[in-house]
Amino acid sequence: MSTTIEHVACTFCGCVCDDIVVEIEGSRIAGVRRACAVGRGVLDEYDPEVRRPTLRGREVEWEAAIEAAASILDRADSPLIYGLSSSAVEAQRKAVELADRLGAVIDTTSSVCHGPTGLAMQAVGEATCTLGEVRDRADLIVFWGCNPAASHPRHFGRFSLTPKGTHTPNGRKDRTVFVVDVRPTGSSKQADHFLQVDVGADYEVLTALRSLVKGNDLAHGSIGGIPVSQLKDLVERMKACRYGVVFMGMGLTMSRGRHLNVGELFSLVTELNDYARFSVIPMRGHGNVAGADQVLTWSTGYPFAVSFARGYPQYGPGEFTAVDVLARGEADAALIIASDPAAHFPRRAAEHLERIPTIVLDPSESLTAGIAQVVFPTASYGLDAAGTAYRMDNVPIPLRRLLTSGRPTDEEVLDRIIEAVK
Amino acid sequence: MLGVLGGRVYDPRNGSDGETRDIWVKDGRVVSPEEADRQGAEIVDATGLVVMPGGVDIHSHIVGAKVNAARKFRPEDHRGAERARAGAFRSGSGHTVPSTHLTGYLYAEMGYTTVMEAATAPLVARHAHEEMADVPIIDKATFITMGNNHFLMKCIRDGRHEMARDYVAWLLRASKGYAIKIVNPGGVENWKWGSNVGELDDEVIGFGVTPRQILETLAQISGELGLPHPPHIHGINLGRSSSARTSIETMAALDGLRAHFCHIQFLSYGKGKGGVHTSEAVAIAEAVNAHPDLTVDVGQLVFGSATTMTSDGPLQHSLHRTTGSKWMNVDVEGETGGGIVPVFYKRTNPINAVMWRTGMELFLLIKDPWKVFLTTDHPNAGCFTSYPHVIKLLMDRDYRAEVFEGIHARAREGSVLHDLEREYSLYEIAVITRAGPARALGLKNKGHLGVGADADIAIYQEMDDKAEMFARPRYVFKGGTLVARDGTVVADPPGRTFYVAPSYDPGVEKDIRRHFEATYTVSFENYSMLSQPVTHEEVIACG
Amino acid sequence: MGEPLTLITGRTREQAIGMHKGKTSPEYRQATARVEMNADDMAHLGIQEGGIVRLRTAAGEVDLSAQAGTLPRGLVFVPLGASANLLVGTETQGTGMPSFKGVPVTAEPA
Repeated sequence: MSTTIEHVACTFCGCVCDDIVVEIEGSRIAGVRRACAVGRGVLDEYDPEVRRPTLRGREVEWEAAIEAAASILDRADSPLIYGLSSSAVEAQRKAVELADRLGAVIDTTSSVCHGPTGLAMQAVGEATCTLGEVRDRADLIVFWGCNPAASHPRHFGRFSLTPKGTHTPNGRKDRTVFVVDVRPTGSSKQADHFLQVDVGADYEVLTALRSLVKGNDLAHGSIGGIPVSQLKDLVERMKACRYGVVFMGMGLTMSRGRHLNVGELFSLVTELNDYARFSVIPMRGHGNVAGADQVLTWSTGYPFAVSFARGYPQYGPGEFTAVDVLARGEADAALIIASDPAAHFPRRAAEHLERIPTIVLDPSESLTAGIAQVVFPTASYGLDAAGTAYRMDNVPIPLRRLLTSGRPTDEEVLDRIIEAVK
Repeated sequence: MLGVLGGRVYDPRNGSDGETRDIWVKDGRVVSPEEADRQGAEIVDATGLVVMPGGVDIHSHIVGAKVNAARKFRPEDHRGAERARAGAFRSGSGHTVPSTHLTGYLYAEMGYTTVMEAATAPLVARHAHEEMADVPIIDKATFITMGNNHFLMKCIRDGRHEMARDYVAWLLRASKGYAIKIVNPGGVENWKWGSNVGELDDEVIGFGVTPRQILETLAQISGELGLPHPPHIHGINLGRSSSARTSIETMAALDGLRAHFCHIQFLSYGKGKGGVHTSEAVAIAEAVNAHPDLTVDVGQLVFGSATTMTSDGPLQHSLHRTTGSKWMNVDVEGETGGGIVPVFYKRTNPINAVMWRTGMELFLLIKDPWKVFLTTDHPNAGCFTSYPHVIKLLMDRDYRAEVFEGIHARAREGSVLHDLEREYSLYEIAVITRAGPARALGLKNKGHLGVGADADIAIYQEMDDKAEMFARPRYVFKGGTLVARDGTVVADPPGRTFYVAPSYDPGVEKDIRRHFEATYTVSFENYSMLSQPVTHEEVIACG
Repeated sequence: MGEPLTLITGRTREQAIGMHKGKTSPEYRQATARVEMNADDMAHLGIQEGGIVRLRTAAGEVDLSAQAGTLPRGLVFVPLGASANLLVGTETQGTGMPSFKGVPVTAEPA
């Protein structure tokens, strides 16, 4: 017998599309409709079979694994808690509580995606909006250093390119779309205008745009690989539009300049509000990385890179961020929740996780789990656990429990560890 | 069983003005002395101490999307304002925007046990509730912003009053909210077109309705639904020289309807020279005194660091342009918007000094303390941790005169303040910080110590320095549990979340769903919290 | 030695889809153990489509199968994953973010 469940949220990327239809047969997902090619796998590749935790590669009882994890954390002087972006708010709250208890460093995958965006926002501010405002009002859209066609495939259809909104009744025809990137991409193919910027030249180009907005003339033939005439055209459109939105991604945060690039863009958007309404939305990657920012912030005051070593929260990007803590060999134990630094960190940072006792909570097999001492195969939020995820525009979306697998949640495991540590 | 014995009890709701009384508590509630059972009871000797109900804050910004955006926005606010973990108590940080656990501790340590979060957009209400679960000790509720809501404006445009009422009821349930909040009605929608409203009869772009219609409709609906707290209104023109005039016009427009005007200080200005507004506190106080059905809270300015945050998006953009401070803006689809700008209020800045003076004048000119409540519109005009300081200003005219002499000379010009010799009594302080706000909120078990009241009790050592007295109560009980002693938290039981559940015609859900599918980017099913409990929730009945 | 170029890393659809199959799956390995280059750069270096190219940065080196992609001259692209991680260093310039994009790299036929 099969059951159809509607309005299911997909937790793969920051779009958190909550209109997915799922067919359940017994304890398995038999069909998925509306999900995109990259999100679909979260649902239909999930194996909800209950597996026992492992201790140094051997299956053990839950009790023994909890004890082992607690003992690793108790022995550590400087434990690192990292990940959280693919978990739910409920577990993120517990992770901060545990970090507070242990005097640990806690960091999230924000530090290797939009951490620099947070730094820019703290420096210069951010004018933003929810995705519905984009759909209903925006007549000028700029994608800067991001490629939703690959990373957020339904973004175009649901929010930014083709949907028909209250003030965009003709959909795509009512929007002018720019893509700024270092190379043509699947997204630039769908744009009206593609501006190809030289690698590492975003800051220069953004400064030139700010200058043009202020009415200065620029003599150069081109800046950062883009003809000044094209920049002038963009600025004119920006000042004349009704409601402009810039979506920005890792092309800015991962390149030379990092937060300075983003700060320059945010300043541009702020200044454009003297002429038209303008917003910027960071293209958050993981399904609940925005939630991780929220929970860390409401519990500690800071969105990532927090150390409790002094007994109170201290903020230190570059100091308490996971790549730095690992590369410098400062962590003497690690608790990794719903992320895979072994797969995504620079090799020399990830290597340190092999030298220290590492604990992993993850619904699926990860490379980090492969090198961990203790591994808890937990439930997947939105599949066999309920919770909340925050979309890229910080709108909270409930995640329902579709399957009754019997797997414990991250929250439950963290709760047990909190009880077990001294 | 708990007995607080021999204290000087200030319980205005029950007419006690410092009379020596014993308070007996059983199962978290105040019980009659006949029920007292000294055997095995916890006894607090309150002889000579001042006993009051726990403080009730009618307007503060402590949780939710915009508060958390402000926390993230302002790391510079948190440094030097940290608290280390201590035993089971959580660490935290933040001066004007403290982290959640710290917020609960700080309120409780000051003797406050009930706090209203003043503005939550329904789309992100779930967020506010998740944070409220992490604010220990104090009881909480949140008001729901509706003054720029598309569905409502369409109902008003189409003359569908009943549908509007059903929608408001549904929305309060769906967001587990406590009252209707109105912020710059129509102006926030117009801001999404780069504009604003300036008059009650200006048009909301795309809807053809006016701020006046929005205010009247929501005030009527609030009454029809029997909501315990009337609409909580932040009117048009906040911070502008036209604000006093439009505040008075708004009060007149809502004559005969119940309404609460929040942080009225920010809306009591007239046109002055060189961009420095005048205080129009005299005229505003006169209007407040004349309208029997309205209450206000002041939003007293406190010199020092503050974080302005409001759904009033256009206001925040102009504040950013005026001050040059960094700016955050969020436009929220179909509902509202908001902005954040950090500020530093200086005595030597004539504009800031006028704001300070306006608040003081309002407190002293509004005759009936049951109509004016103490707030700083935390953290907009100052932090809630400044309440003891504000109490001192109200109770000690010498101190007030001293501060007044220190503010910018232009702000002293023409002020009635030096002629106002009024000093608030402890009884009156108990009204403006406890009994009054509880009554205006319709919280029958709060703000008093009569039989059946929640055993939220703050016990102070009377001192000459009233700021010191109110900053560190000797004992604070929440629901009969000792939660703070000598200004330090000693227990952190979870607080409750109050909300209302007015009834509505379920037929309206069909229309709301249609509106949703056409305009929202989240599913109707994933928006509503109707069938989802929040931790320690309690429904407050509609009348 | 080898030709001085600039490396960018990033997500791809195939890498994301491969991830759901498991990071030890052939799909994931195939999706992440490759480099995209400008066709003229490949010709200049004498690298055939599908040929193995050795990339070397200050952080490390790796041999990957090369494919011509829509890249400007001088730019090479490696999908996020184990291969890219060998080439990315740990310097975060005080932000926590390593240089995943804009890394000086040399390429030569392996």
